[in-house]
Amino acid sequence: MLVPVPSAPLPPVPQTPSEPIVVARGLCKTFRVAEKQPGLGGTLRHFLRRRHRDVPAVTDVSFTIQPGEIVGFLGPNGAGKTTTLKMLTGLIHPTAGSATVAGHTPHRRQRGFLEAITLVMGQKQQLIWDLPPLDSLRVNAAVYGLDDTEARRRIDELAEMLELGEELTRPVRKLSLGQRMKAELMAALLHRPAVLFLDEPSLGLDVNAQARVRQFLVDYNRRTGATVLLTSHYMADITALCPRVLLIHGGRLFYDGRLAGLSERLAPWRQVRLELAQPLPAETFHSYGELESLDGAEVRLLIPRQRLTEVVARLLNELPVLDLEVSDPPIEELIGRLFRQGVVA
Amino acid sequence: MSTRLSLARGLRIARVLLSTQYAYMLEYRAEIALWALSGVLPFIMLGVWSAALAAGGDDAGLGLGLSQAELARYFLGAFIARQFTVVWVVWAFEEDSLAGRLSPYLLQPLQPLWRYVAAHLAEQATRLPFVAVIAALFFLLQPAAFALPSPGRFLLAVLAIWLAFAIHFLLQSLIAILCFWSERAQALERLLFIPYLFLSGLVAPLAAFPPGVRQVAFFTPFPHMIGFPAQLLAGLEVSIASSFAAMAGWIALLLPLTALAWRAGVRRYTAMGA
Repeated sequence: MLVPVPSAPLPPVPQTPSEPIVVARGLCKTFRVAEKQPGLGGTLRHFLRRRHRDVPAVTDVSFTIQPGEIVGFLGPNGAGKTTTLKMLTGLIHPTAGSATVAGHTPHRRQRGFLEAITLVMGQKQQLIWDLPPLDSLRVNAAVYGLDDTEARRRIDELAEMLELGEELTRPVRKLSLGQRMKAELMAALLHRPAVLFLDEPSLGLDVNAQARVRQFLVDYNRRTGATVLLTSHYMADITALCPRVLLIHGGRLFYDGRLAGLSERLAPWRQVRLELAQPLPAETFHSYGELESLDGAEVRLLIPRQRLTEVVARLLNELPVLDLEVSDPPIEELIGRLFRQGVVA
Repeated sequence: MSTRLSLARGLRIARVLLSTQYAYMLEYRAEIALWALSGVLPFIMLGVWSAALAAGGDDAGLGLGLSQAELARYFLGAFIARQFTVVWVVWAFEEDSLAGRLSPYLLQPLQPLWRYVAAHLAEQATRLPFVAVIAALFFLLQPAAFALPSPGRFLLAVLAIWLAFAIHFLLQSLIAILCFWSERAQALERLLFIPYLFLSGLVAPLAAFPPGVRQVAFFTPFPHMIGFPAQLLAGLEVSIASSFAAMAGWIALLLPLTALAWRAGVRRYTAMGA
């Protein structure tokens, strides 16, 4: 069972010489929500004596992110990911705690801060629906103080990276979802922000479009050194982009570390698949580990990590093994199981 | 939010925003033409008041002190003033706020209300040819009322219309900002519409109201929003200096109020639907 990452003392001082570009210290956000019972009676009571309930959305979340890092922000719906992103972008004020992004306090929304960040939110769009994306890009270029030449250069560069061409001169409403998302990314990145907050940037896209957006983010990070904090329901996004992940559940941070380390943390065992010369009864395998499945001569065992070497040696010595394969359980399976079973609660 | 801009950058943003919004409004030109046509209330009221005058209204104590031609020009002026002071920021802002479209605007280094100002000005530019055609038709149908204001009066009328638009925009923005608290701010706008309708001069010149109402009305922003520019356009006698002073006063009051409300509202913003 996991326990929340303690937030005090504050996040460890990074070993790298650079200062963190994102710092969250004990961030909390509580929403006040009106409660209403169904039916006429409930409506009248709601009208006459409104009752409220405080709902903690984020509780004591602390972490730091170094410049240039790509960090995945994982958690089920309602875990507090988007609320945390909104606090880090200054859209909402934290109830308690503090944040620093690119040297600024987000909720003050100073010019320097707004020019240093961007937030892309899945299906929410900033493009003007009835005009081509180029019109929205012109507006953004003016708002961020880019002259025409520089704006043109950046538009060309982003268009090339995102494989957008004549789509930029078609009304947004006529574009496919994938093309719109790519144009949204262009609009969000035209001012070349140092910190990207991406909330489900590939939501609703088909597999090919997801892969292209993913590749773009890798290229963009490599070219500009931008820092990325990314939430996604697609594990492929996380595994392809994020060496480090933050895991949040019920508003609390439960894990902050390498993606590879997450599977060790969540599942302190490894999966061993055996192909035997002939089928053996289930009791044969009890002394080796937990029997996950038995299908004729094919067996799957879960072996504690610390016993792995010893058990594999015994299996090879004691059983008629034709083939043996050791693997980590898929990360999405682990996280899915984690949230379904509430292991972190 | 610290969004102070240099003049050159501000002008460039204004130019790009206006041209983009104008392109956007042109996509809706047919709808805007219909909106322009739907603003014919002053012409209906002209019919009503003309009938009253023809029936010996002034003798009956209507107290307008206007000839038939002056009355016609007044209501044409009211129509024109209304067309260029129509404000819908409360609906657009509320919709954007509830749909989460406000969030990207809030994350850019430009006060979001400027986008709505640009959209309104672009819409006015789109309305201009339709209004010109309707005015020309009006004079064709009422040749006796034809008279053009002097250039000086015309410029004063243009200035009065811009100031009236500014007052109306600030008033409605103030209500729109209540979205941050109530989520349904446009209902409050309806409350404002009733005094606006009667005291602005849209349904009757203010002279038609009893002296007590006129005095009270003068201390509200409404008579300056339609009646004053309409009187300027119609070439009627009007207290120019005091009306402009009152408009400046209202803007001086509403501008900091709007800024304060904005600052407080943004603190409350919870990015609904975003």
